[in-house]
Amino acid sequence: MNTKPALRETRVDAGPMLDATDRRIIVATQEGLPRVRQPYHAVARQLNISPEEVISRMQRMLDTGVIRRLGAVPNHYALGYQANGMSVWDVPDDCVRELGKKIGNLDYVSHSYHRPRHLPDWRYNLFAMVHGRHRAEVESKVMQIAELLGDADRGHAVLYSTRILKKTGLRLGG
Amino acid sequence: MDAIDRAIINNLQGGFPLSERPYAEAAASLGLDEDELIRRLEILLAQGTLTRFGPLYHAERLGGALTLAAMKPPPDDFERVARIVNGFPEVAHNYAREHEFNMWFVLATEWPERIGEVISEIEKATGYAVYNMPKLEEFFVGLRFEA
Repeated sequence: MNTKPALRETRVDAGPMLDATDRRIIVATQEGLPRVRQPYHAVARQLNISPEEVISRMQRMLDTGVIRRLGAVPNHYALGYQANGMSVWDVPDDCVRELGKKIGNLDYVSHSYHRPRHLPDWRYNLFAMVHGRHRAEVESKVMQIAELLGDADRGHAVLYSTRILKKTGLRLGG
Repeated sequence: MDAIDRAIINNLQGGFPLSERPYAEAAASLGLDEDELIRRLEILLAQGTLTRFGPLYHAERLGGALTLAAMKPPPDDFERVARIVNGFPEVAHNYAREHEFNMWFVLATEWPERIGEVISEIEKATGYAVYNMPKLEEFFVGLRFEA
């Protein structure tokens, strides 16, 4: 696994900026682009708008972060990354952002999030999804994170998923 | 999967052009021709090596609301609770995890107010607390899986 810089840095809430045409484009492309030489023309024909409009609207969605990225979405299980541990950390609130960014930059962490604690039941405020080919690999990576955090690590746990109970995906209804 | 497939997976996880002939442009950057790239993508998708080829939309920015929620039903009541939770259309994913907090699910609703309502409804229907853990901040760098 390797990490390249994020393709977007903006943090604008673009939700309200989406109009009905944007939504039609999203519904038409959320399962993928057609594999034809002119995919945006194909989408345009389907929606009865011009290809230029499809391209410019998708460009704007990419610029505003509505589209995170455009390209291949690999199945990480198929690539051999079968052990995914949700690591959770109790770090001081005043440095959660700094530490979150540091952890988010590690090449084996897909996302790191600041989430609320629920004391006394749940003390962890920083989440990082750690990917590996097997548990031992995930565990050694979690140890690396612990070292990186040093004294800021006031406690952590790794929660492995044992079963998918439901997976319908997030879809915009068309 | 050969070296060319690996190059496709490793280099095309972002930055696919928004242009008249995007496959031709992407193929050129990999030293392939347009039809060869399209053919290989079809195979990688059919094999399940790629789940999708196209835009990856940012769910929260589509205007809806999203949260992660956790529960800790006792193991002997787990299946009943899972059935109730899964019965809510707002529950998009639900995972069993090894921990006292043994059930983790993503709630996606069209309107932000609905998140709190669904949480109350689940608590009422199951008799257990739901711990709402929305993200307060995301540190996203865009992990690329290497084939």
